[in-house]
Amino acid sequence: MKGIIKDVTFDTVVGEVMHMKNDGQRLVTLSTYQAGEGKMGILYHFDKELETTHLRLVADMDKPIPSVSGVYFSAMLVENEIRDQWDVEFDGLVLDFNRTLLLDPEVTQVPLASNVKIAPKN
Amino acid sequence: MATTVIPFGPQHPVLPEPIHLTLKVEDEIVKEAVPALGYVHRGLEKLADIRDYHQMITVCERVCGICSMIHGTVYSQCVEELMGIEVTDRAKMLRVIWSELHRMHSHLLWLGLFADAFGFEALFMQFWKVRERIMDINEATAGSRVIVSVNIIGGVRADLSPEQIRWILSELDTAEQEIKALQDTIMNDYSVKSRTKGIGVMTYDQALELGAAGPTLRGSGVAQDMRMLGYGGYESLDFEPVTEPDGDCWSRSTVRFREVLQSIDLVRQAASKLPEGELAVKVKGNPPEGEVYQRVEQPRGECVYYVRGNGTKHLDRLRIRTPTFANIPPLLHMVPGCELADVPVIVLSIDPCISCTER
Repeated sequence: MKGIIKDVTFDTVVGEVMHMKNDGQRLVTLSTYQAGEGKMGILYHFDKELETTHLRLVADMDKPIPSVSGVYFSAMLVENEIRDQWDVEFDGLVLDFNRTLLLDPEVTQVPLASNVKIAPKN
Repeated sequence: MATTVIPFGPQHPVLPEPIHLTLKVEDEIVKEAVPALGYVHRGLEKLADIRDYHQMITVCERVCGICSMIHGTVYSQCVEELMGIEVTDRAKMLRVIWSELHRMHSHLLWLGLFADAFGFEALFMQFWKVRERIMDINEATAGSRVIVSVNIIGGVRADLSPEQIRWILSELDTAEQEIKALQDTIMNDYSVKSRTKGIGVMTYDQALELGAAGPTLRGSGVAQDMRMLGYGGYESLDFEPVTEPDGDCWSRSTVRFREVLQSIDLVRQAASKLPEGELAVKVKGNPPEGEVYQRVEQPRGECVYYVRGNGTKHLDRLRIRTPTFANIPPLLHMVPGCELADVPVIVLSIDPCISCTER
């Protein structure tokens, strides 16, 4: 994958994202993938004058992931989408659609995580 | 002052596709806008689990009809990079030609809809009349007006003969004259300016911080266009991004208008530099383990694809971030402070494509 890749952890992700913002980087988006049983990878893609930097976080899906929406408001939408697709929670999400950004409340199957069923939202 | 909550959408005369905004209004001034999505979510990314990597081109082209060509191109580029496939220069340049035709017809469609949003029906019809020429080119060269489906992994499936290229250039000469005849109206007409100048302002710094993309970003003076990366055949074309400094609806409209003329120029350049060569290279095997991140410029802005291969014919992950998805946070910033009557114009000024956004 082209661009600089840096690994971050639960403890450092918000600080690293703040550092990127202070450096004048634009948050392009977040990408996710399955990183083993019960784990997901999150890539935070940044752009500055067409140069790309990626932060990679491998997260346990059963723990709330630190939200970066307090640093970049634009992360709010994509974090809500990830919440829909993986049924994970974000800690500090500035506007939480509670897993109904794209999905209907009665949906019980997590779209991107195999064999995981969830309770309908009321 | 009492607050009134007004639902905007999901069905509204200016919205070709459904999106809902909850507007909190005080005395005709919007104080807050909260979006609601999900009306046309199809879960297309998940289809990568059951469709092989060749079939996924067909799926990607249907993420959005209006920019289907460019979705097919970026997906193909991702798989080609993953598999180490070098596409021929002719195929790259043919992709540029169809991509720019798509940009033209998308912008002309939007310019018509924008005119319609502030009640200028005659201008709406004029832009759509010109657009028909581009649709006719698509139909004559690829067999379909909207979803041209020319991309395959390794190149393209359709070619342009010298006669077709001459005819396309002649049609574009006519279209250019017709478009330039509308320039004074869309840029300088009193009623157009009164509905667009100083409305929905987003500054340079705000556009970057909110992650805006495409004409919404460039309308705030940021000279960034993914075609500057030189992907596909763009590396051999002369290209400067179109920008306008004011960050209002007029600026975003003017960027798109000027980009239509720029696309005509790019098609001319691509046609003049179209090399001889094969249309596609043969593809064997499956995408190996690995990941690819690609960005291209769609009519609405930067489109991001992230692809992971796992050595099988199915991709491990296909992630698509479309430009309208990036432009919703900027929209939520533009609307507060405006008059209620300006909301449709501001919403349309980001050229929202909701089927793209929700996939």
